[in-house]
Amino acid sequence: MFKRIVFLVVGILAAFPAFSQETIKIGLVTALSGQSAAAGEAITRGLQIAIDELNTAGGVLGRKFELVRRDDEATPAKGVLAARELVFKEKVTVLFGGLDTPVSVAIVPIMNEAKVPFMGPWAAGTPITKNGANPNFVFRVSAVDEIVDKAMLQYAQKNFNTKKPGMILINNPWGQSNEAGLKAALGAKGITAAGIEKFEGSDVDVVPQLTRLKAAGADTLFLVGNVGPSAQVVKSLDRMGWKVPIVSHWGPAGGRFTELAGPSAPSVHFVQTYSFFGNQRPVGTKVLKMLMAKYPDIKSAGDVTAAVGVANAYDAMHLVALAIKSAGSTDGEKLREGFYKIGSYDGLIKSYKSPFTPDNHDAINENDYVWTQFINNEILPVGMKK
Amino acid sequence: MLVTTALITGLGLGSMYGLLALGFHVTYSVSATVNFAQGSSMMLGAVFAYVFTVRLGLPLFASVLISLSLCAAYGALVELLAVRPFARRGSNAWLMATVALGIVADNTVLFTFGKEPRGFQMAWAQGGVDVAGVHVSYLQIVIPAVGLLFAFLLSFFSNKTRQGKAMLAVVQNPEAARLMGINVPVVICGAYALSTAFAGAGGILIAPLFNVNADMGTVFGLKAFAVAILGGIGSAWGVMLAGLLFGVVEALITSFLGSTYTQILTFALVIVALALKPNGLFGKAEVKKV
Repeated sequence: MFKRIVFLVVGILAAFPAFSQETIKIGLVTALSGQSAAAGEAITRGLQIAIDELNTAGGVLGRKFELVRRDDEATPAKGVLAARELVFKEKVTVLFGGLDTPVSVAIVPIMNEAKVPFMGPWAAGTPITKNGANPNFVFRVSAVDEIVDKAMLQYAQKNFNTKKPGMILINNPWGQSNEAGLKAALGAKGITAAGIEKFEGSDVDVVPQLTRLKAAGADTLFLVGNVGPSAQVVKSLDRMGWKVPIVSHWGPAGGRFTELAGPSAPSVHFVQTYSFFGNQRPVGTKVLKMLMAKYPDIKSAGDVTAAVGVANAYDAMHLVALAIKSAGSTDGEKLREGFYKIGSYDGLIKSYKSPFTPDNHDAINENDYVWTQFINNEILPVGMKK
Repeated sequence: MLVTTALITGLGLGSMYGLLALGFHVTYSVSATVNFAQGSSMMLGAVFAYVFTVRLGLPLFASVLISLSLCAAYGALVELLAVRPFARRGSNAWLMATVALGIVADNTVLFTFGKEPRGFQMAWAQGGVDVAGVHVSYLQIVIPAVGLLFAFLLSFFSNKTRQGKAMLAVVQNPEAARLMGINVPVVICGAYALSTAFAGAGGILIAPLFNVNADMGTVFGLKAFAVAILGGIGSAWGVMLAGLLFGVVEALITSFLGSTYTQILTFALVIVALALKPNGLFGKAEVKKV
């Protein structure tokens, strides 16, 4: 009787290939609560859409993908704990990171030591991919601070004829990373900053810092901060009555910027890697349709909040699948080599051609950036709508 | 220009710290205990007011009244659950218990109110006036005014009224106070309710300048405690003035030396001030008569 049952169970399992092969686990450590929660949700959606698409097509190496998420609460210590759990207990094949550079920077050494690839779909800190490790297991499909900083200066000079910019930067590793990048970008063009000011995420009033920059003759502000702190800068400028061009990193995109910053929200021009508005390539139209079908709260492009999170994660997941296919294995070391063997991929953000090389672990560059602004609650390319 | 801006910013923020620190003063004066999670109480005030005004559409005045009542009820709960059981047995575990209850409150709000910070605009708070070439929003005038009014009322109540003196008697000798007919547990519980209502008022006032989120009170609570100690926790005026001083010094350092030095120098100055005046700038040495 027992033998019969065993044969029956084995027979049933053999009839369903999904059960006979383990899934490929994709880990995600990001903020799922707190101020960056919307960003975590955007990354999740981008990954899930790509995973659904890949699984429908049969997966990779005959195995399907499964997403395992953990909340890092935007805290490096919690991110490290979650990363260890996903790598050593859940045995994820690739770990995705989240929005916060400090969390990703803390996770990087663990991944290089464990020899498991780490993919960054959002955090832009330069040292995340340029971490000095050899071999380096960290890849990224997102903006990179030092490149964004050059692009910010270029945009400001072209559009606002900037000659003496002032920096207002969040006081954390992300702010530091951009301070170094902006100084280098300014130095390369022989420009000196009017001033460099820091502010805390909990600062209610940034007027003293902004008054210093105004007194120093700043003609443009370079802003780096997440959505809440960026809104505090805009509200403080309003209180001062100082109308000055604001060129920003992509912090405002992480939440309800218009609601938080008030009527002056459109004055902030910020960088994005993708916008679902404007003319879309077929991939863009397809992804938007998939998002609308899966998530009832998405009824149009305007409802895809934090489009960069969705777009970066979507492309990154497809590139991970291609790397696994190229490597023919989910072993960390072979998979790392697999990233270098990816040929071309027609993605959402662009058509990638050999996106990763041993010298370059960042798939996105300054030619892929889009400059945007908030008009009501939508992130639109600058000037698309008044 | 820099000085005027720093003064306006500093007085606004300082009275915020002072308002929260008054809460520490009230409970310490009657029970020699405090709610270390005063920042969470402040956050609750802002969250309640946002929910009643924005989500439920109640008029602002009604929302504020309901929110402050709920904050007071929460304060009474803090005393009943996190302070009384420990203080009664002479244990100092209330230190940790109040922090723990604050964490519970923060996380409950996180999962019920939502994860994202929300903007809470009040139409009347949008405008302002120009003072010496610097724009001052109405809120930056209202916040110090409310802070000073509360400090005055508290000082008047505790020094000039029979009930106020009775409250202060509780901390000096609870047993004697009980024998004199003072209902000690009710007085202490009431002090906690009042303390939390102060913090809630602070939260409501700061919300339009800042935003509403579950961890908005953490840093404020910390600075308010530093202010309470700096001012001399036993003096309502001392606490309020220390708040204003702290805020102005903070803003002046940022304005003249740059934001890099703000936290380092402000807190270093607090240590120096306490080293020179261990009972706080406006506090008196406690004399225990035996």
